[in-house]
Amino acid sequence: MAVVFKRPHALRDVPMHYCPGCTHGIVHRLIAEVIDELGIEGKTIGVSPVGCTYNNYEYFNCDMQQAAHGRAPAVSTGIKRVHPDNVVFTYQGDGDLAAIGTAEIVHAAARGEKITTIFINNAIYGMTSGQMAPTTLLNQVTTTTPYGRKPELHGFPIKVCELLSTLDGAAFIERVSMHNIKNILNAKKAIKKAFQVQMANKGFSLVEVLSSCPTNWGLSPEKALKWIEEKMIPVYPLGNFKGKDLEV
Amino acid sequence: MSQQEIIIAGFGGQGILSAGRLLAYAGMLEGKNVSWLPSYGPEMRGGTANCHVIISDDPVGSPILNSATALIVMNGPSLDKFENLVVKDGLIIADSSLVQRKPNRNDVKYSGIPATQIASDMGNSTYACIILLGKLLGSTGIVSKENFENALKKVLPEKYHHMIPDEMKALEIGMKY
Amino acid sequence: MGEKLLMKGNEVIAEAAIRAGCRHYFGYPITPQTEIAHYFAKKMPEVGGTFIQAESEIAAINMVYGAAGAGARVMTSSSSPGISLKQEGISYASGAELPAVIVNIVRCGPGLGGILPAQCDYFQAVKGGGHGDYKMVVLAPCSVQELYELTVEAFNIADKYRILAMIMGDGILGQMMETVEFRDKEEIYEADKSSWATVGTRMERDHNVITSIYIDPEVLERHNQKLQAKYRLIEENEVRCEVYNCEDADVIVAAFGTVARIVKNVIKMAAKEGIKVGLIRPITLWPFPVKVFEKYAEVPKAFLSVELNAGQMVEDVRLSVNGKRPVYFHGRMGGMIPTQQEILDKIKEILK
Ligand SMILES: Cc1ncc(C[n+]2csc(CCOP(=O)(O)OP(=O)(O)O)c2C)c(N)n1
Ligand code: SF4
Ligand SMILES: [Mg+2]
Repeated sequence: MAVVFKRPHALRDVPMHYCPGCTHGIVHRLIAEVIDELGIEGKTIGVSPVGCTYNNYEYFNCDMQQAAHGRAPAVSTGIKRVHPDNVVFTYQGDGDLAAIGTAEIVHAAARGEKITTIFINNAIYGMTSGQMAPTTLLNQVTTTTPYGRKPELHGFPIKVCELLSTLDGAAFIERVSMHNIKNILNAKKAIKKAFQVQMANKGFSLVEVLSSCPTNWGLSPEKALKWIEEKMIPVYPLGNFKGKDLEV
Repeated sequence: MSQQEIIIAGFGGQGILSAGRLLAYAGMLEGKNVSWLPSYGPEMRGGTANCHVIISDDPVGSPILNSATALIVMNGPSLDKFENLVVKDGLIIADSSLVQRKPNRNDVKYSGIPATQIASDMGNSTYACIILLGKLLGSTGIVSKENFENALKKVLPEKYHHMIPDEMKALEIGMKY
Repeated sequence: MGEKLLMKGNEVIAEAAIRAGCRHYFGYPITPQTEIAHYFAKKMPEVGGTFIQAESEIAAINMVYGAAGAGARVMTSSSSPGISLKQEGISYASGAELPAVIVNIVRCGPGLGGILPAQCDYFQAVKGGGHGDYKMVVLAPCSVQELYELTVEAFNIADKYRILAMIMGDGILGQMMETVEFRDKEEIYEADKSSWATVGTRMERDHNVITSIYIDPEVLERHNQKLQAKYRLIEENEVRCEVYNCEDADVIVAAFGTVARIVKNVIKMAAKEGIKVGLIRPITLWPFPVKVFEKYAEVPKAFLSVELNAGQMVEDVRLSVNGKRPVYFHGRMGGMIPTQQEILDKIKEILK
């Protein structure tokens, strides 16, 4: 009998601590599968963010560093400049990347750092109990927008792919989603390509993943996936923003 | 006894923290000095939750309990963790629908109540906590029934006030159990 | 006094600030003080105030700089890692003599550390975590009622002296619920900020400037001397301290915040065994109650500083006791809390 759900080697055999129905774990798995398929576990170095995935260094078998809130792109820059032949990736949430770490991500992309960022857009601060994220949708209720996100008070959602793809240093930018199997498979393709772009020394690569947070959205896991499809995708259209045809 | 020290523990989502808060509120309405201290942090993510409640005639010193005059547990791990903190002749109340074993100690009073089962039969499993609190009130007289009802009125948002009669019914079931 | 309420420490801080006339709050989420921001997010729209979730603590403290310079009562709050990020802004605001309130609900470090209670930011708060010769008034409440009263006081002190005032608590204080009784009306120090705040000249006066840069060394030295004179004045006037059970004590314990409450339990336990234990509880960590320690320096056989860190305030206790008696230390780290028994054992060991 074929083993359908074999754990990728790049994932450690420990239980993950995420809430039921959270798609962070699926993204971890996709990254690990890509690392396996590219055969790069031994030369990959990952950087964990501050957020619900602060300790995902426990889940990946490759070497890992834990960075201060928002600073993963700078930490990766340091790593990559020491080891240009290694593969370096960051895993960052929307608070981490698009709020406190906006400067670091913009400048890593602008410098064309040969790193890969997996950017988890769940429209919320998961870890700290559901505050507004830069990606929170208009009218979305969070613990710091109890009356809903209002543009005149809280501004507008930040579209990270659109923003970063204006930078010449960014080689590959794509937005994918976790809301069904088809999209999960697409996400894996994008993550693989992003790593390959780095390995071909083409420049900075980023994959934005629309991901669920049933706990802080106050939805069941199934409804949360529906919410991605119906509420998030209209604001954050899926697709490639840069580097689709790059030869890798 | 001039100071009652209660630990309430179980899984997150069982209403552990709110139960403790109600108890503290009722204590305050009795004119006592009270404190309520929750466990906090990532461990709450689907994991365990507990709170320490002190109801005292004197000003409350440390809000952290190193011992308890009463322990209410709503899962097995909580009994394992806190059983030894209960003082001699103290009280352990367990939801026997969820806690499989009895305490190992024989120098404490013990009540096992199938609270979750009873509450589900009442049509709302979140009343389990209230049933257990009822047992605490019944056994210790820590706060009066009236003040508990007043606390419910203060703590619950207006839109949930229609639930108060049922909550009081749950409390009485516990008191008489 | 009004009705007695049962409230969470963090929420009381926010409520106190609103009662003290603070209508501008800028912050960035971090455990264990997120409820402060949640409370402001709900309440500020009701009272016509501003709540902004900034993109970072650095942004938040600079929003505070701007708002304070514009003459408003303003506040930010965070916990240790976020307070570290605010240090640059704290130094600049101190240089520019801006009044504002900063709350640090301390968690254990270093680095990301953990979120449990600690007092390991004592040095950072009282010795100057940012660059330059500056001071903040640092208030260390030990109950929810005191969180309320000292938050109001922090705003008054800040305005009175044009200085930053910090409320330093820990996760226990922030997360616990206790009875609080609010006054019907707060006594608010009405500062005349017209000589310095940037509100627009209306073409009626010379411009006001908020700055911390003084290129001319003589001018900068004079500016520093002025700051230092102000700090001496605050040391004279604003020391707050609780002295408990210290007359003829065998051992006097120095402790602040949550730890002081544990020590009060220890005092009762010790009394049962015939040991007299006193407590000096600095409420202002800066200015430190030097004179109180001087006064009691020769009363006990020894002093013991109990802290949630590796030994920080103990240095100030030693300086104040000035060699007249031995000063011991007992501390726990990483979010561990000393038990009453453990402290009592330490006291007995000292007395042996
Ligand atoms: C300097 C600093 N500020 C704030 C925090 C608190 N903090 C921890 S996680 C987090 C937000 C995480 O949100 P996001 O990046 O969206 O990740 P998610 O949890 O949603 O996956 C914050 C603000 C911190 N650890 N350090
Ligand atoms: S809080 Fe949200 S993002 Fe964090 S683990 Fe739970 S579901 Fe996932
Ligand atoms: Mg997020």
